[in-house]
Parts: sequence; C-alpha cells; structure tokens
Amino acid sequence: MIHYDPRAVHGALTHPHGPPGLPATMERIVADKHAAQTQVPWQQLRARVHAIKRYAVANLGWLLTEFEKQFSARGGTVLWARTADEAAAHFLDICKRHGVRSVVKGKSMLSEELELNERLATAGIDAVETDLGEYIVQLAGQKPSHIIAPALHLSRQDIGKLFAAKLGIEYTDDPQTLLAAARARLRTRYLEAGLGMTGVNFAIAESGTIVTVENEGNQALSAAAPPVYVALMGIEKVIPRLLDLPPFLHVLARAATGQKLSVYTHHFLGPEDGRTWYCIIIDAGRTNVLADEATRESLYCIRCGACMNVCPIYRRVGGWAYGWVYPGPIGSVETPQMIGVERAGELPFASSLCGACQHECPVNIDLPHQLVYMRHKAVQRRAMGKGLERSAFRFWARAMSSLPAYKRAVRLARFGTAASARIGWKPGPLAAWTRYRDLPPIAAETFKEWWERRAQS
Amino acid sequence: METTAAAPRYTSGQRVALFLPCYGDVLFPDVGRAMVTLFARLGIRLEYPLDQTCCGQPAFNAGHWDEARTVAQRFATVFDGFDWIVVPSGSCATMCRVFYPSLDPALAPIGARVYELSTFLVDVMGVVDVGARFPYAIAYHEGCHARRELRVGDAPLRLLRAVREARIVDIPSSDECCGFGGLFSVKFDELSASMGERKSANVRASGADVLVSGDSSCLMQIGGLMARDPATRGIRTLHIAEVLAST
Repeated sequence: MIHYDPRAVHGALTHPHGPPGLPATMERIVADKHAAQTQVPWQQLRARVHAIKRYAVANLGWLLTEFEKQFSARGGTVLWARTADEAAAHFLDICKRHGVRSVVKGKSMLSEELELNERLATAGIDAVETDLGEYIVQLAGQKPSHIIAPALHLSRQDIGKLFAAKLGIEYTDDPQTLLAAARARLRTRYLEAGLGMTGVNFAIAESGTIVTVENEGNQALSAAAPPVYVALMGIEKVIPRLLDLPPFLHVLARAATGQKLSVYTHHFLGPEDGRTWYCIIIDAGRTNVLADEATRESLYCIRCGACMNVCPIYRRVGGWAYGWVYPGPIGSVETPQMIGVERAGELPFASSLCGACQHECPVNIDLPHQLVYMRHKAVQRRAMGKGLERSAFRFWARAMSSLPAYKRAVRLARFGTAASARIGWKPGPLAAWTRYRDLPPIAAETFKEWWERRAQS
Repeated sequence: METTAAAPRYTSGQRVALFLPCYGDVLFPDVGRAMVTLFARLGIRLEYPLDQTCCGQPAFNAGHWDEARTVAQRFATVFDGFDWIVVPSGSCATMCRVFYPSLDPALAPIGARVYELSTFLVDVMGVVDVGARFPYAIAYHEGCHARRELRVGDAPLRLLRAVREARIVDIPSSDECCGFGGLFSVKFDELSASMGERKSANVRASGADVLVSGDSSCLMQIGGLMARDPATRGIRTLHIAEVLAST
C-alpha cells in the first residue's frame, strides 16, 4: 500500500508553510531557465519533443518490446513489473541472487514510488543515495521535496548541522567542505557495493541503450563500479531512435536548471564481461494515465521540475504538501491517476488554474486543462464536491436556467447578505472570502434592473 | 484556432451582443454600463439579451460538469442569432472559446463567436483609439486566462496607450497570478490571499493611481485585499471598459 494520507495532504495544502526562501529560489531558477531558452529556438524544440513523445506514447507497446530485444542483445536482462510491489520484488530477487548486501543508488524518483530504501532496509540491505541532495535527505531521514533538487528545503546551515550530527564532522556551512565530506564517504561505498542502480531519463528503442543525465558523476559510478547494475525505468521513458534524443537534451537541462546541457549525458551500452545488467520496466499506475485520453499528455513529462518551479502553490506549500512522490502541477494530475482518485482527488483543486505550468513546460503538456479534468473526475467518483457543494451547484444550475429563477436568486442573495450582516454570521465561502478581503456590495440596481428600467423609459 | 490565422472582421450592420459575467450583473453593473457607452461611441448599438445568466465556468472549474453543461447549453440558446458576443472578461471568454468543446462539441461554434473586450476592439473591429481620456497613472493587470489561454497579447495595452492623458506604469512580475481562481479563492483562502498580497505589493510598487484589468474577478481579489491595507487603500480599481468609456 502506497503511503499517502489524504488528511495530512488536506492540512498541508491549505496554508502557506513552505521554506521561507523557496519563492526566491524558484524565481531565480525560472529566470535562469528563461535566459537559457533564448540560446535555442525554444518553441520549435518544444513542438519537436512534444511530437516525439506523442508518437512514443502512442506506440509504447512495440517500442518497449523493441527496446527489450535490443537491450537483451547487448547482454542485459529486462524484467517487467505491473506494480510497484512487483518491481520491488524483482529488485530484492536480484539482490538475493547475487548475494548483495550493499547498494549504491543514483537519483531515481521511481525508486521513491517503490519505497525502495525502506524495503531494502527491511531486507537487511544497506542502500545509500549517491546524489548529493538525495544523500542529504536520506541522512536527515526525510523525503525529497523537489524532483530535481531533493534537499531544496534545507539551508546550508541546516546541512552543516546535519553533517555535524550524522557524519561527526565539525560544523561548517561552507558548501565545498560539506561536499568534500559527503564525497569522501560515498567514494568507498561505490567500491564496496554489490549492486548499483539508477533511474532512466531516456531508453532508446532502436539501440537498446539507456540514457541518463546528471551533474555529479555519481550515476556513472553507481552504474559502472559494482558488479551488478539495475536500471529502474517507467514505461513512458522509451523514445524510438537515437536521433530523437538531441532535442530532449536541448530542453531538459535548460528547463530544469538553466544549464545548456547537463554535465554528463551517459549512454549505457550494455554490460562488460563479468558484469550483470538488469532493466526493470515498470507500469505502477502509468497505464491509468495512458488509458485516460484526457491525461495522456502527462506521460510526456521528462521530469524537469519547471512546472513546480513556477507554480505559485508549490512556491508556498513546498513539495511535501502534495503527499507523494511528484509535487506541483504534474503531481496534482498524475498522483490521483496513479494511486487513485478516491485517495488523492483533492490535489488538482489546489490550483488557481493560472496556466504558468504549461507555459513553462518544455514538452508543452496541457496541465491546466488536465487539472480541471481531474477535478471533474474527482467529483464524478464522489471523492470531492460531495454533500452541500453538490446541492449548491444543483441549486446554482437551476437559478442560472431561467430569468425568473435568476432574479429570485438575486433577491435571495440580497436578503441573505442583509440578514448575515444583522446576525453577524457568514456562510463558509463568504466567511473565507472576507477573512482576508473586502467584498463589493450587491448593487442597489443590478445591470439587468438598469437595462429594464432604461428600456421602459 | 479558426480565428487566429485570419481574424474575421466586424462589418457594419452585424448584431453584437453584450454578455456580462453573472457576478458582474450584481457586483459590477458599472462595467456593463461602460460597455454600452463605449460601444455607442464606436457606433455599435450593443444588444443585451435579458435572459442571459452565466457561461457555466464556476461549476466547470469546480468539477461539476453536468451542471456546467446545462448552463452552457442555455448560453448557446440565449445568444443564438448574434454575429458577435462581447464579454468584459478574459475568463468567461476562455470558458466559451476554449472549454465549451470539452463539455459538448456542439457548443464549439457559439464559443468561437465569444470575444473578450480588448481583442474584439483591436482584432475584430480594428480600433485602437476609442477616443477616451483618463488623466491618471494606470497599472494594467492581465488575467491569467486572457494571458495564457486567449493570448490577448498587447491588445489591452495598445488600447490603454491610446487613452489621452493616461500614463501606463508597469507592475513588477506582472505575469504572476493574483490568486483569485474562482472557487479556489474560498476553498484555499489562505493560499489565495497570500498570492493576492504579493500582487498587491507589486501593484503598490508600480506607483499607479488606478489598477486596471480586463477581468473584474481579479480586481475583486486585488482590490478587496488593497482595501484592507492603509498603504494601498488609495489605489482605485477599474475595469478596462470603464477607462475606455471615460472622456
């Protein structure tokens, strides 16, 4: 059972409580992104990667089996998993088969979906995150708060204190010293590990190669140093040809961090002699997103984080508020589809539908439309908009359906606001509005009344 | 899509309907009167089908699509027979133009005839100078639907720049949402107000006398917040129709 607590999410989403520095950091990242966009024909690249993803997602079946064929021909083994549980079981089987006691992990949000660290710990296997941000978050016993910058919620000082407490070094907030401390501890782990794993940014069907991008070099070491390598891959990661890759590399780093290109782009071409490679291809709810035409475009996501960086809600509540692996607008669309509308149906409502997410999305995913659609789905499934709200909208639809009914509703509103002022009580929505804002009065003469009076005179 | 490539033009004698947002009828009737004045000056006698109520957006955005569809289908009946439907709201225009087809494909043709005020004036009528005079410093706030769904572009600013004696000032981070978001403003009132407070601070930083927008809903949010802060209480809010109607 995936850990997701709707009540905690409800509490966390309804008030600003993110890290105080978050909005400024996000603004800086978005500004860097905008600067990087000007170096390339951005809109053409967006259209290109959108089209490639549309093709790939429409042809997932044979592209994935082609990838399997080619990856196998290079000496790797593909394993398929319908669910997170199945994927984790595959992973634990591999560990058992190879007598693995120690795992080094490259950054992978999919491994968060699998709750792999917890499962490995339960099995007595020592797993360490090797991405600096992930390493920090793991040391702190926390979850990532951003898909690209997992430790975004921590300041230099927080990390200094954490390292002093957990690594036994003297307190410092100097990034270079902290980085050196982490590196010194991680280096030995690569050599001790029986297995290394990474996520997958792109899987090339025609060549069976796995492409990952990173800045720190830890993925290369995780994949290459231990005798066994496991790639965790969501079904949506496959693209047809190597030729399709460059436009993605142009947009991904720019959208994520404002870099022209990630420091490393790895093409994993297959195991050398004496090494064993696996690729676990995982559904885990992705086919729910695929099956629903209205949300299919969400599978085009390349996990750059641009939608959350610009999102005024994410900036205020931070990544944990969304309750699961993927925060921000993309999470609000995908999470309910992947883990159940009944449980996560509230997420898409936490949006003003401003559309900044789609505007920034390098793949041009129609996120605001999907958010509205997912609201509809939540209401249909009775996960949201129940009881009083449902009755209110029925009443509203009737009031809007004839002029006399409309006029009666206006009279009722006039009477209601006057009565409310007299008794000093306001119904929920009105109270919520006026807690922070003045509300203009209902006009003594509405436009309709003015129009009718003018027509008569 | 059918109107962006070669925008159709208004020709004399065509019927133009005024659609006033539902909340506009009861909370902002001055905007409707300004529309009538403005179009009369441009030689167009706006018609106002009295039966009109709402486009259906409140229910649509809240996920209650059956109720939204009922109201949208009624909209189509009420406005049948008009060549153009002009609404002083980017958000209502978005509902009709962009979202009607997802409620009912048969609503696409009526939706495509709905225009937000500034695009109707600039793109359909080809008018930029409407003969207005307004001697104040104006900051223009563009609603997110107008900006990102309708892509009204510079139409509102071109209209405002042509207003005599008006001085246009810029709002820092002008593309950020004011936080209104319909039902969001009361369901997530703290977040909504937090977004609005940032917008208010930026409006204040602009040095404007008057905050102008193409959407009364944004103005209700920002104005409602500004009214509670002595530092911003003096900044008036006006719909762009009211500015363009001024002489």
